[in-house]
Amino acid sequence: MSTELTTTAPAAPHLGVGDRVRLWWDALPRQAQWVVGVVGVLLIALLPVLRPPVLTTVGTDFGGVLAQFGMYALLAIGLNVVVGQAGLLDLGYVGFYAIGAYTVGLLTSPSSPWNATDDWLSRDWAWLAALPLAVAVTAVSGLILGTPTLRLRGDYLAIVTLGFGEIVRLLADNLSTVTGGGRGLNQIAYPVVAQSETRPNGIFSAGNTAVPFNSGTFWFWLSLVLIVVVLVIVGNLERSRVGRAWVAIREDEDAAEIMGVPTFKFKLWAFLIGASIGGLSGALYAGQVQFVVPTTFNVINSMLFLCAVVLGGQGNKLGVILGAFAVVYLPNFFLGRTELFGIPIDGNAIANYRYLFFGVALMVLMVFRPQGLFPARQKLLTYGREVYVMARKAATALAGRGAGTAAATTTDRPGGAR
Amino acid sequence: MTQPGGMAAGSEHGDEHLGDPGRANRQTPEQYLPDGGVEPPAAFDVADVHPELADEAVVAEIVAPDRDIRAEVGEPLLQMQGVTMRFGGLTALDAVTFDIRRGEILGLIGPNGAGKTTCFNAMTGVYRPTEGQVVFDGKPLGKIKRNEITRLGIARTFQNIRLFSDMTALENVVVGTDARHRTSVPGAVFRSKRHRAEERDALDRAMALLEFVGVGKRATQQARNLPYGDQRRLEIARALATEPKLLCLDEPAAGFNPAEKVELMELIRKIRDDGYTVLLIEHDMRLVMGVTDRVVVLEFGRKIADGLPRDVSADPAVIAAYLGVPDDATA
Repeated sequence: MSTELTTTAPAAPHLGVGDRVRLWWDALPRQAQWVVGVVGVLLIALLPVLRPPVLTTVGTDFGGVLAQFGMYALLAIGLNVVVGQAGLLDLGYVGFYAIGAYTVGLLTSPSSPWNATDDWLSRDWAWLAALPLAVAVTAVSGLILGTPTLRLRGDYLAIVTLGFGEIVRLLADNLSTVTGGGRGLNQIAYPVVAQSETRPNGIFSAGNTAVPFNSGTFWFWLSLVLIVVVLVIVGNLERSRVGRAWVAIREDEDAAEIMGVPTFKFKLWAFLIGASIGGLSGALYAGQVQFVVPTTFNVINSMLFLCAVVLGGQGNKLGVILGAFAVVYLPNFFLGRTELFGIPIDGNAIANYRYLFFGVALMVLMVFRPQGLFPARQKLLTYGREVYVMARKAATALAGRGAGTAAATTTDRPGGAR
Repeated sequence: MTQPGGMAAGSEHGDEHLGDPGRANRQTPEQYLPDGGVEPPAAFDVADVHPELADEAVVAEIVAPDRDIRAEVGEPLLQMQGVTMRFGGLTALDAVTFDIRRGEILGLIGPNGAGKTTCFNAMTGVYRPTEGQVVFDGKPLGKIKRNEITRLGIARTFQNIRLFSDMTALENVVVGTDARHRTSVPGAVFRSKRHRAEERDALDRAMALLEFVGVGKRATQQARNLPYGDQRRLEIARALATEPKLLCLDEPAAGFNPAEKVELMELIRKIRDDGYTVLLIEHDMRLVMGVTDRVVVLEFGRKIADGLPRDVSADPAVIAAYLGVPDDATA
């Protein structure tokens, strides 16, 4: 926002759509924010049930696409903590996704030597038990990777993390006695709940194909719940000493250190939290697909996750969710389509060239909107609300008035707008 | 010895402020506005949000809660003990020894390249001395981490402004207050009682500090959008927020016009009167002579003078260092 003034009238602060939405949101009372939030989430949850004709995918099941979006959204939120908030370029994020998925796979797949489902885990709730374990294992892996590498900066960190992503995939590919190598691990456990005659293996089973309440829909709902939980946690961190430390490190690491920020400690926390969220998403993936192979965790996926974050707007946790939606949904939208608005197209070819299109899209974005589609203006103060509401109201009130009365209005209304 | 005179001068200025509350605060932003007195769109009156901050005495109280720690005034707070800094073949500091005493404003001056900023960096832990040591508050700084040095009580500003430009002015200062906070990830996730108390306290203190340095009205503007002078003041507020015992200012008046320099001098005195010890690196001789209690002069990494501003400015070695030695004097 520019603070430049002309001599005739104060320039109205330029408000984009995002600014207007924020202004409107901040002006809502707390209860109203909750209502709007709950209604919004419910509407999103209804998507796979309503399957709006404009949005619904043709070539593949819409519920499944949304379930995949849910996982990518989690990945984007986790990667956003590392890249967007703390400014640590992590090119091997797919490694954490893989570790989460493989932890669940190794514990619950019959083809794994460490399969515990015959032993102390019941197959019915094995997935649920493996979920926190997967998160814990990825958190530890984040710690192991972060402790030596977070002393590096910028490009060097990016290269080391890139290597990490590849190492995880190559291990999965080559430790064939444990991970099944290229054949992968199959029959991974999933939550067996709400069994019925039409759904003999429960609602989360891949065998549940009864549209609209198929397995994809239920996995999407499960991931939606997890997204909300993760958003609350990440939001609380953002509006605390931790979030401020991350942004300070991103802006100027040396200055942050000299201002008393324990930079290494908070960088490690960012890595650990990002890794855990990636592991959570991986565990969801393993449960939904019930099958993991190393090729799913190619480094190109890391780039796709990063693409979601950059596209959505680094540092904006809601923006990156929309970025994840674009990354997952757009290729699937074209898949199987032979015409769009009456124009004949080869949808499958377009979907296959998605990396090309995302690459071009990123380049265009970097030229015209380098901050991403939904740039961040996160609130870094828990009790900053009153201050910001006040400031924004004063700003809009001033924008609508002439220059002469502008100064008077701010001081004439002490606390009146509250 | 230098202390009583300096303190008296300082309190006179303090009284001036009490007589005319908020004068300095209101004056500053207006200077940057072409048509005088019109606030920029995003500016607002802090008093609307925190009515109690309209009272300067309250501000001063929040800024320096333990302002009567004058007990040990005059005792050495920081000691440079034979500090030598070598970068390869270059000796930037050569066995520099001096003390900074509690409650004084010490000026560190010298021609360009004399080693002033190196000296600063050695004190704040950016560099580790090649030889000698820095003792702060009776504790050798040795291998203490930079963020812990800040927590011990040394805060600094930067010669080239290094604010967190994406954050608002208020958030910048709150980062400074965080140096004293203990909440970590668990406390923040579960919004513990301590976390909430710390956040409240941080916000109040940060607002008060912004008022104190005179950028309160720009609290919610992004640091990058602040006028140059306000950015320099904001850096001081951020450093003060870490509750330092020693505040190191690296050329705070760089790029200021004479009127702004006068205001800055008043601000520095006000800071000292609140119980802080100040180390000032500055090129502007009028500012140094006007505000400091004692001056240390460096040239080519060596200390060449140490004493009252008056005496130092008459010292032939200092004059030679600044103006060069006349040809006939060497003959």
